[in-house]
Amino acid sequence: MAEKKKATTKKSESKKVAPVKQEVKKQAAAPAAAVGQTTKQDARIGVFICHCGTNIAGSMDIPAVQEYAKTVPNVAFVDNYKYMCSMPGQAVISKAIKDNKLTGVVVAACSPRLHEPTFRTATKEAGLNPFRFEMANIREQNSWVHMHDWEGSTDKAKDAIRIAVAKAALLQDLFPKSVPVEKAAMVVGAGVAGMQAALDLDAAGIKTYLVESTPSIGGRMSQLDKTFPTLDCSQCILTPKMVDVGRAKNIELMTYSEVDAVEGYIGNFDVTVRKKARGVLTPAEAEARGIVGGGCNGCGDCEAVCPVVKPNDFEVGMKPRKAIYINHPQVVPLIYTIDFNSCIKCGLCVTACGPEKKAIDLESKDEFVKVKVGTAILATGFDIFPVEKKEEWGYKRYENVITSLEFERLICASGPTGGHLVRPSDGETPKRVAFVLCAGSRDNTGVGKPYCSRFCCMYSLKHAHQIIEKIPGCTPYIFYMDIRSFGKMYEEFYYRIQDEGAKFIRGRVANILEDPKTKNLHVHADDTLLDRPVDMDVDLVVLAAAVQPMADTNRTRKLFGVSCSMDGWLLEAHPKLNPCGTTTAGVFLAGVCQGPKDIPDTVASAEGAASAASIPIHKGEVELEPYFATCIEEKCAGCGMCVNLCPYSALSLVEKEGRQVMQVTEAKCKGCGTCGGFCPGGAIWMNHFATPQIVAQIDAFLLGGEQ
Amino acid sequence: MSAPGNFAIPERGPGIWQPKIQGIVCNWCSYAGADLAGGGRIQYPPDIRIVRVMCTGRIDSLFVLKAFADGADGVLVSGCHFGDCHYLEGNFKAAKRMFMVKRLMKSIGLDDRRFRMTFVSASEGAKWGAVVTDVVNMVRELGPSPITEFKK
Repeated sequence: MAEKKKATTKKSESKKVAPVKQEVKKQAAAPAAAVGQTTKQDARIGVFICHCGTNIAGSMDIPAVQEYAKTVPNVAFVDNYKYMCSMPGQAVISKAIKDNKLTGVVVAACSPRLHEPTFRTATKEAGLNPFRFEMANIREQNSWVHMHDWEGSTDKAKDAIRIAVAKAALLQDLFPKSVPVEKAAMVVGAGVAGMQAALDLDAAGIKTYLVESTPSIGGRMSQLDKTFPTLDCSQCILTPKMVDVGRAKNIELMTYSEVDAVEGYIGNFDVTVRKKARGVLTPAEAEARGIVGGGCNGCGDCEAVCPVVKPNDFEVGMKPRKAIYINHPQVVPLIYTIDFNSCIKCGLCVTACGPEKKAIDLESKDEFVKVKVGTAILATGFDIFPVEKKEEWGYKRYENVITSLEFERLICASGPTGGHLVRPSDGETPKRVAFVLCAGSRDNTGVGKPYCSRFCCMYSLKHAHQIIEKIPGCTPYIFYMDIRSFGKMYEEFYYRIQDEGAKFIRGRVANILEDPKTKNLHVHADDTLLDRPVDMDVDLVVLAAAVQPMADTNRTRKLFGVSCSMDGWLLEAHPKLNPCGTTTAGVFLAGVCQGPKDIPDTVASAEGAASAASIPIHKGEVELEPYFATCIEEKCAGCGMCVNLCPYSALSLVEKEGRQVMQVTEAKCKGCGTCGGFCPGGAIWMNHFATPQIVAQIDAFLLGGEQ
Repeated sequence: MSAPGNFAIPERGPGIWQPKIQGIVCNWCSYAGADLAGGGRIQYPPDIRIVRVMCTGRIDSLFVLKAFADGADGVLVSGCHFGDCHYLEGNFKAAKRMFMVKRLMKSIGLDDRRFRMTFVSASEGAKWGAVVTDVVNMVRELGPSPITEFKK
């Protein structure tokens, strides 16, 4: 029985194999011959092995790998160097290409995701088409992951080189296509990062669409009272910027709007923006409707008559607002917004607004606006971790446990209490305030966040300073794990707060209990410096809650094709060398959406993103990687299967010589190869990832040498 | 890692059979995840060789079958998580094809556990290490491919 089974296995396998091989030969011949390319027989490949210091050389036998490489078919030249990516290393490659008339280059080094562009440039400078370069990854996927297996990694490197040479022998000249870049950019999110990026783009003379989901720009920073370590007032440094954004002639502000759909590629993104129904007309919109001199002027008469009362999100729910509202008096643009989820459409506001302005339209609907931009910056910011999940601290169960954002609003002169810090339970001024740092950050229990939220230490120090300054006799107690005062003048600020009299207790707060009568709080912790337990009676507890990405970030990032890391922050192209870029060409990141940052870092990253986003626009054109699909017309049966598979509608069926064949619109094709992976006739040639090239790689690994 | 599987790094040495495993992974998620495993120095067995494609959607079912016909003891296809594909939906289309490959393997008497499709994102370096370890352990348990054995 077993014998029989094996026999059938072999039979069906050999049946399967035969057509594959034929297919490969035909395909290899067709396009290569058609465009007069080098065929496999006369390929001369140079192999260059990098030591990467000891990163690679410390885990494998480089001389053995080099000796082996010389025996691989088509290899005409082999060399090694300590750092292949350095200038002398690249010179070795250039010289070898010229001296040995190489037709292809293989560099065995790090990941192509790191240095493929470097070596392509070196290849190009030596006069060879850059797409005749292939990389063998022997660092990230070999020496670094098999550090204690000398034989295993040496064998794997030999195979990797053989596989890369097999592909390099079949590579063709490719020519990137240049496409023009639309002279406009989009910034998503108008917090301090988005505003700074938009202002820089404006200054560079680039039309910028600034899209913000809330009714006003300003973001988190506009909710803060003071900023560390200089203690300047957040509003005083932010509101002039907000006004500048409102005035900038190249910035088109789209508040209360969301990105709804994104199509296209670098240089040519077609973005659909959903303008949420606001119910209130701007002067420009009113004029468009023929109401000259009308539209909202922010007088607030409507708000005065509105009968609906709701909590104000900007004040973290500690102040009421009406169904028609502005969050605070400094909003930009100064236009009211109707919250249609709570509006009862009584019409009182329409009467109050009057027949001249006619600013209110209770029947307004969402509008969809299409804009074309060359590049985009995501600056979607952060939200506060729902710290009630850490039940031991009793947030939302005990009235006098608040978050630091609530503290900011309470201590802020324009906040709900006019800047008087009070206990929510009885309105009394607290005399003993406990600050719990790392509230949900640096938490490996699975409830909180594993990362450091980076700015909580510093703002808690600032909070301590503020209460010492404002409330005589009030003592702040700071429960911390480590004080991370890493920035310029930050450590000095820390010493200053110590000197001012804040008490520092190193230890995590295990538990907080409430006295049901007085609503005072018992904080239980372990002082790890004095090695003794702490049981402290305080009036108010402030939790320095962790930060997390905005809830909508995931939707937005998918529209732009941007990845995220494990913790939900958007993923940069390279953590060190390209922190503002993403893997989607033409899309950049600014501010906290990429990971927690304080204000100086946020502004710096925004300026970096703006500069990166303006480069393609100023150049005027970008080169697209030439990984297009092409149709091998003599093989195409015109079945049209691929047309439906293409996610970008880049393929269509056209009539040629009396029959239907597929045609590729190269500008639309992004080179994923979904069509090529399915075509039943093998009629689709994927540039740089062609079937014969991939099959040659598989054969090189499993059959060894050339097949 | 809570997922079922054998994540113990297998022993290697003279006399211990080492499987040949063909990996075909997408550039944007799994290849980047494998690079991240390197950055994090996550150790896994060196029995896998990777072919990089731009998207798992590029993977023709015949590539997988070709690898088995050439004598691979196991094949691992890995791409982005559903909804995270750099090209919108290439991984859905690949997954559909890979189910077909599994059915085909069963019908020709080749244990379909030799072939696996996984989803490893650019941030899942540790997961990549675990996936490769588990695949190697599974293939070791199944032994050399019957196709190679039969060729002898």
